[in-house]
Amino acid sequence: MTHAADTDAAVRTGRTAARGRRKGRRRGSAIAPYLQAAPMALVFLIFFVLPLAATVLVSFWQYTQYSIEPAFTAQNYGDVFYGCLRDLPNLCTTFRTYLSTLKFGLIVWAATLVIGFTIAYFLAFHVRTLKVQVILFIICTIPFWTSIVIRMISWIPLLGRNGLVNQTLLFMGAIDTPLEGLLYSDFAVILAMVHLYTLFMVVPIFNSLMRIDRALIEAARDAGATGFQTLAFVILPLAKPGILIGSIFVVTVVMGDFLTIGIMGGQQIASVGKVIQTQMQFLQFPLAAANAVILLVAVLGGVWALLRLVDIRKEL
Amino acid sequence: MTDTANAPKASRRSVLKGAAALVGTSAFPAPFVHAQERVTLRYLSTAVNQSPAIAERASEDLGIDIEYIAVNTDEVPRRVITQPNSFDLVDSEYFSLPNLVPSGNMIGMDANRIDRIDDLASVIAKGTVDGKKVGWDGTAPHEVLYLEGQNATSFAAEPTEWITLIPTTYNADTLGLRPDLIDKEITSWASLLDPDFAGKTAILNIPSIGIMDAAMALQARGDITYGDKGNMTREEIDATIAALIEAKRAGQFRAFWSNFQESVNLMASGEVVLQSMWSPAVTAVRTQGIPCVYQPLKEGYRAWASGFGLPRTIEGRKQDAAYEFINWFLSGWAGAHLSKQGYYAAVLDTAKEFMEPYEWAYWYEGEAAAQDIMSPDGRLLEEAGAVRDGGSYEERMGAVAAWNAVMDENQYMVRKWNEFIAA
Repeated sequence: MTHAADTDAAVRTGRTAARGRRKGRRRGSAIAPYLQAAPMALVFLIFFVLPLAATVLVSFWQYTQYSIEPAFTAQNYGDVFYGCLRDLPNLCTTFRTYLSTLKFGLIVWAATLVIGFTIAYFLAFHVRTLKVQVILFIICTIPFWTSIVIRMISWIPLLGRNGLVNQTLLFMGAIDTPLEGLLYSDFAVILAMVHLYTLFMVVPIFNSLMRIDRALIEAARDAGATGFQTLAFVILPLAKPGILIGSIFVVTVVMGDFLTIGIMGGQQIASVGKVIQTQMQFLQFPLAAANAVILLVAVLGGVWALLRLVDIRKEL
Repeated sequence: MTDTANAPKASRRSVLKGAAALVGTSAFPAPFVHAQERVTLRYLSTAVNQSPAIAERASEDLGIDIEYIAVNTDEVPRRVITQPNSFDLVDSEYFSLPNLVPSGNMIGMDANRIDRIDDLASVIAKGTVDGKKVGWDGTAPHEVLYLEGQNATSFAAEPTEWITLIPTTYNADTLGLRPDLIDKEITSWASLLDPDFAGKTAILNIPSIGIMDAAMALQARGDITYGDKGNMTREEIDATIAALIEAKRAGQFRAFWSNFQESVNLMASGEVVLQSMWSPAVTAVRTQGIPCVYQPLKEGYRAWASGFGLPRTIEGRKQDAAYEFINWFLSGWAGAHLSKQGYYAAVLDTAKEFMEPYEWAYWYEGEAAAQDIMSPDGRLLEEAGAVRDGGSYEERMGAVAAWNAVMDENQYMVRKWNEFIAA
């Protein structure tokens, strides 16, 4: 009994001593992680937090055609939503613009998800060697090798009225008159965006798929699951974090995009980015800032909703 | 209140002056070195106005180095207003002046230091061609040419010694078209809204200019009679945008363009057969071997003009150099160089001296080219026998209906334009 108590005490003191040592070491190195994070935090502070704070601040200022003046007015926000209540049930410019942007967001998200998942699945499960995987991966990045302007211009000879697609269809006798809707239309915008942003889906989903323990798939097969069941109940749930990260990328990029929508839509399709750009051209900085803040809130809301779907911290 | 605000400012400035004087005396040979040093002028404008050949020639003739800062049409006024220290000389459009002058970032230029101030083209100085008044709708240059004083922030109604912008180039814009793809004769701006060309027309996506093109078309069609197309009332803006939205929903427009290259691409690819266009863009389409006509229309042209202005911060050697460069610019070589690209020169007589008689006859007098017309960089523009679209200088500039403008209701107009794009 005593003996046991003695050993117990000894063990206890030993433990306490160890805990003390560990504590001391922890105190000494407590600052290290902060130091490691500091450079990035500083970059974020100077190039992200400060400009963002300035944008929020300026969105409450007043402006004329040639000056902006410090003030605290909600006028700019009122102007953004000008006529939105009065014109109901018709949509005001802002709602219409957001709805259009949202529509592109959803369609592009769905398309890139299906295509991106398929590509990632192929790369992860069907391509055996790392070398081939890397080569195929690089092929996926080809759309990013040229500048956006050149890429956009090169769509004209392909999709234009006298473009390759129309001429081929005419030659085959599939159509009598050229299809006008191929270029400068919703279709063109979606095509260009899917072409560009699929990569943003492929990368994170591929990453998730590569981390799936192959034994799980074998186990599913051994337990009698069909190919589809394995996909639906084993692979898809495990790929969720990748899908989510890819979705966040795609949705945020599409929401803020105005170059692709502008050029592929022939500048006839509204986007929030374009509205902001036009306002900046005319030196309406506070109004543009208010629009930017609203866009930010909308995008953050979207991301927040996506994060509700998957607990990304747990999954990672 | 104003006194107390000014007092410390003045004292600070005198301290700075004192400091400068101190530096001057301590470094005795400095002024001598300075006089020898080459001056570099930072020249802010759109890329279209920046010819490397002009910079090269100025460097040879004057020993002044020109450093071009190329930005978009909209970026020029934005730079002047937000970063007035970032340039020494700005080549800006006259229509930006109602925004630039009240900002106080520009300084009135001393007319006495401009050698050819009395020889400026009358269309800029007085709004007349051959003594006849042209259209003054919009921001006509002569209305914003003079300031009350050197540091004034408002325009003078009568000529004064203080000039806002010394003209560099100007021109008259109209519709460009593809004659090989159009079988109709185009005589009016109304054709821009002609359903026969549904899906094959384009307008500018620079709201202040695009809305004027629309106004030219709507007035030509008899829909709206404007008081001043360049300074619309809210009702006129509403009616114009409503008509544009209707046309857009009916699929009238193929696209809107916002820079030079886009307009060239639209026309050259045949996506668009009729659009509002800039003269050098028509030339660019033609040099690709594609027929393109800059069609004169019965309602007249929408004109623009741009000119040199000085930022308030310029002083000393740089200021002298800027005046020297501007005087050189007006002395003929630069004017001739620009004329051979289809622009008009600020001082016609001096430009003429630097052009071959056949070139002058083609570009200014509306006569058939006696020889092949070459661009300044030696490319063939027109073969012998060709006549300039729209004819002579008097016919073209004399038929100006309106000038590019910034409206009083600018903010309202931009909001309505965004509505149009979203519709």
